[in-house]
Parts: sequence; C-alpha cells; structure tokens
Amino acid sequence: MAEAIITPHVEEPKKKAPAQGDETSLITGSEAIAVACQLADVDVITAYPIRPYDTVMQYVAKLVANGEMDCEYIVAEGEHSQFEIVKHASACGARVFTGSSGVGWMYAMECLTVTPSLRIPMIAMVGNRALDDPKIPSRAKVDAFLPRYDRKDLLLHPDNPITVAPQANEDWLMEIRRGTAAAMERSAGVIREAYADFERIFGRKYGNPFFEEYMTDDADVVLVGMGTLSNPVRVAIRQMREEGKKVGFVRLRWFRPFPAEELAKSLGRFKAVGVIDRDFSLGSPYHSGVVATEVRTALYQSENRPQVVGFICGLGGREVTLPDVRKMSEIVSQAASGKPQPATQWIGLRE
Amino acid sequence: MATTDRELAELTHHKAPHKLDLFKGVKKLPLEEYFTSGHRTCQGCESALVMKLMVKAAGPRTIVLGSTGCMYVANTTYYSTSWVVPWMHTQLGSSGAAALGAAAALKALMRKGKFKDEPINVIAFCGDGGGADMGISGISATLTHPDYNCLILMYDNESYANTDIQLSGSTPYGAHTTFSPPGKTKRIMHHRWKKNFAAMMAAGHPTCKYVATVCMSYPVHAMNAVRKGLSIGGPTFIHSLDPCPKGWDYDPMLSHELGELAVLTGTWPLYEVENGVVKLIGKTRDIADGRVKRLPVRDYLLKQGRFAHFTDDDIDYFQSKVDEMWNKWVVPGVIPFQKHLDEDRPPA
Repeated sequence: MAEAIITPHVEEPKKKAPAQGDETSLITGSEAIAVACQLADVDVITAYPIRPYDTVMQYVAKLVANGEMDCEYIVAEGEHSQFEIVKHASACGARVFTGSSGVGWMYAMECLTVTPSLRIPMIAMVGNRALDDPKIPSRAKVDAFLPRYDRKDLLLHPDNPITVAPQANEDWLMEIRRGTAAAMERSAGVIREAYADFERIFGRKYGNPFFEEYMTDDADVVLVGMGTLSNPVRVAIRQMREEGKKVGFVRLRWFRPFPAEELAKSLGRFKAVGVIDRDFSLGSPYHSGVVATEVRTALYQSENRPQVVGFICGLGGREVTLPDVRKMSEIVSQAASGKPQPATQWIGLRE
Repeated sequence: MATTDRELAELTHHKAPHKLDLFKGVKKLPLEEYFTSGHRTCQGCESALVMKLMVKAAGPRTIVLGSTGCMYVANTTYYSTSWVVPWMHTQLGSSGAAALGAAAALKALMRKGKFKDEPINVIAFCGDGGGADMGISGISATLTHPDYNCLILMYDNESYANTDIQLSGSTPYGAHTTFSPPGKTKRIMHHRWKKNFAAMMAAGHPTCKYVATVCMSYPVHAMNAVRKGLSIGGPTFIHSLDPCPKGWDYDPMLSHELGELAVLTGTWPLYEVENGVVKLIGKTRDIADGRVKRLPVRDYLLKQGRFAHFTDDDIDYFQSKVDEMWNKWVVPGVIPFQKHLDEDRPPA
C-alpha cells in the first residue's frame, strides 16, 4: 500500500556519462572524501569551518563552483544547524553529507543523539588527517554500488503525510530504544554485506570489515588502535620485527557496532595487549581512553584474557612517534613476561 | 555591474514558490482542516489556534516542522498526531535549520528530476523559547538564504509554557513566572524588556522579503500573512503573540479578548515588512493614524495573574515604555531607535 501512496519520483535520476574506468590520483584524504560525495550524487551538504573537516568542504565548494557537482551546498552558522539541516533534508528524501571535528561534534551532540533514534540515514565524517593515494572509481561503479536513496513509507512528503519523531516518554521509550538496538544488532550483517558488494564492484578487498590485523600471525604481543595511528605503528613494527621482536598490530575499523566477540577471540591469542587511545575519558575505569575500556569489556567474557595495558598518546593532534610506539611495545612485552604494569600510562608527555 | 534579482535566481537555481491568493474575509476561508483532533493543548490555547489556522492557510501541499515546545509535546504524543499534513519534530533551537534542510532537499530533488517538480510549502515553527532564545542564530542564518522558499513562524506565548512557565527572552517586563516569582524583598524578579523580535529579523536581514507580526484575535490577517510568507519567495518570518491561560494566569474564555487588548493597548503592534516597506495593520494602523486612541496598558495587565503583584508604579513604568514605542521610536511600534535619548529608570 505504501508504494501506492508515494509517487514523487517521476523518473530515474539523470546519470552523467560514466567515466571510462578508475583513475589513480595523488590527493589528500579530504579531497578524496569530496570526490566521494560527488560520485555518490549527494543532494544536500552542509559546511562549517573547523579544522581539518573544513578542508573537505573547501574541495566540495570548488566542485560546486566549477559545476562539477550538483547539490545544495549550504554554509551553516554552526555545527548544530549543520547536522539539523541534513537530518531534515534526509527525512525529505535527499542523500546528505556533513561532518565536523573536535568540539564541533560536541556542539552538534544534541542532533547526534536524535538522528540515530529516528533511523534517518546520514553520513557524517570526523575530520582527521591523512595523505593517501586513493583510486577514484568510475561513476558507473558507484551507481552500481549505491542504491537509490528511497525512504519509501518513511518519506516526509505531502503524498505521504506522516508524523515523524513525536514525543515519547516512559510509556513507549523502551520499546523504541529496543527497535533501534535491534537495528544496530542487524547492522553487523549489513556491514559485511556492504564490504562484500564493495569488493565485487570495485575489486578492492579489505578482509575483515571490523578490524584489520598486521603481522599478528606469530606475534607474542599486539598493539590495538584506531585511525591515523596506523602509519607510525606499522613502521615501528617493521623495525622491531627486524630486531626479532614479535609484535603485531590490530586496527579497529568500526567502533559501533563494537566487534566484541570476534575481537576477544583474536586478542585471546596473545600474551599481552596494548591499547593506544588518542582520546581520554575522565574518571573512566582505570582512567583509560575509550578504546581500552571497550577492549577490556570485550575480553572479560572470554576464556583467554591477556593483560591489557592502556596508553594515552597523541592527544590534540600531537604526533605519535616511532620511539613512542617502541616504548609502548616494550611495556606490553614486559607485561607479557609477567611483570605487572600500570593499567594506564601516558606516552609522549612533556615531563 | 550588480547582479540582478533574476541573475541571482538563476545562479541559485531559485524555484518559484506557491502562488496563494489572499483570503477576502472570514466567509471565504476553506472548510478543510489540516490540524485536527488528537491534541491535548489547554483550554483556551491560542497557540493551538495558530497551528490550526496556519496550516489551513497553507493548504495540504505543505510540510510542517515543529521544534520542541508546547506545540510539539501537546500535539504529537507518541502514537497520536493532530497533523493531517506531513509533520516532523526538530530540536528546540533548530526551526531555522529544519526549514532550510527540508527546502534544500525539495529543491535539489526536483532540480535533479528525482521528485516531481511542484510547489511544496515548507513551514517550520518554534515557540518563543525555541526561537527568540535558543533558535535565533539558526533562524537568522536561514533568513539570509534567498534561494530557499520557507516560512518560519514563532508562536510566542511569552514563556517556556510546556515546562512549567519559565521566563524567556520574550517574557514581558515584570511578569511572574516560575523563574521570576515575586518575593518578600524583590517584587520584580524579571527586569528585562521583551525582545523586539520580528523587527530585529526584518531589520537584520534586508534580503528577507516578508516579516509580519500577527495575533489570532485577528485571524484573517494572520492567515493572509502565512499565505504571503509562503508566496513571496525566499525565507520569511512571522511572529505571533499567543495569550496563554496557564502562563498568563487568566480565565481561558478571555484568550481572544486579551489578544485584542495586546493590540489595542499598543503593546503588540501588528505590522508587515514586505520588500523593505513597513506597513502597520488594522487597529495598530488606526492607533498610529490617530483614528483610535490607545487603551491604557492597565486594562491589559490587570486581567492577567502574572502581573497581579504590580504596583501602580510598575504599571506606570510599563505604560511609559509602551508610550516610548509610540512617541519616540523612529518607526513607531517597530524600530526602537530614538532621536533623543531620555532617562529610562524603572521604579525601585
């Protein structure tokens, strides 16, 4: 019945002539994200300056100015509005993109709490820095990968006059939360499916979607981290391997849903685990970063529970250096050899 | 050479808004209702009447976005809705962003051929707390975007009425609210004068084509203001003064009369700023032209329990401030700049 009501789509979106094939170019990660927005045919995009997220929007602005991207490009007056604009645009059927960095996220936090509950799709990036040489796929491949954004009977449109986000109190909130939780539980399967589709269409394989393992096969100890840590950690591990130290690295790709069981099973193979957090959670258990707390929680239920040492490192964009990584690795090795280590240590701190 | 309006419209892919003719009297109003039963607003709630007549004026091809406040909590309790048109909640300070997001989505999807190209009205509403306090930056931003057709309506019942009547930036001087109770040593806890919000929006956003003040005691004008706001093109703003039996503390049967008194005492001037031209409306115009004598504010204030603690001095002070609006402001009742600054001292 819903299909019968909703008829605002009059035709398939006009597709631009697909590029001949993939092209390789040396661009920053920020520019790559702007190009991804272009290829995904994003309809509404919001910008607000905060570094380094704003660099993405600077590229988007150029694409729009040069007529290479057709979207509503809105410079908002703050992060809160940025996120609310795209929330409502998405509810009305538009594919949206936004993002922020640092305190900007905190300013937008109210919107970040309601949007997932409403199950309104929104891609928002957290700006971090990276230089990479991505292969830019053709538009034809992107169109094959991305389904048309269709909200079906959830579309906010006069042809489908629904009420979205009414007020729920103690009488219904638990049931609504349970629905959201069930969707989050299902998301792990959807993520696996999307990675498989991505591999099939773009020919790029990422292995386990949830975390990546580097030189872990014969490792005694591993470091665990997320995001931009990966470069210095890999280089340091290669150095240490040459010195005969059996160190590996596990890089988390998804924080939510957190791959607890799978990660616990993997980490249970090692004698000790060091978790590097580029964040800090005041007053949390063992005064840790958030990843260390999650890793400890994940491991609690497992039979093999290696000692977990938490490291706070690289806060505020401070560089995580090779000596930092070597030092952390050394501490984890000490833990592995039975010498107790403090639960949390700050690395690279000016004394 | 400066960009012409037409060039600007082409540059921004601006789409023509709905053309909505003005209603010529109460007997010409449509019978269809798009805000119906199912809400649980208080008896005598003028804001509920604003919702009902606002969407009656806009018609069925309308998307309404409502920020947190009475008109969210009382109208859309989960599993019930009084909205016949599509309606969506937005955060307390987000009426501006909500209007912009919905208008931007429609514009992009229609331009790209993903949606049928047709005029669809976008209205976002907020209360005085969500608008004049928290939402001012978002509303202001939206009013600077000439390329999105949307209307923001602020229903002003002069307090945070849904959370127990706390004062907002739109609460009148001296009013008794739960955050400004008269006490033994301080009779007046709220010393701030009500924000001159509509004029601020009009003066501060010269490319915004339409700003109006309304009051549902004058419903045909209010509904026509909604239709003008939706037809003129670009973002527009309406500020409605809504007597609130619970917050103002009066018998619900007096709602309509209090709205009239707000206008007749000159406390709430009705005006429109259309393409930069200020026009006083109805009784307000009669007052300005000297055809009708302004009533003393005492008649308005003493019908409301929230001013029951006022002494004669307080009433005189209130009267003097309203007199100032009419006698000293550059544009009487609208723009508060004065040619001569006089002493302004509230009674101790």
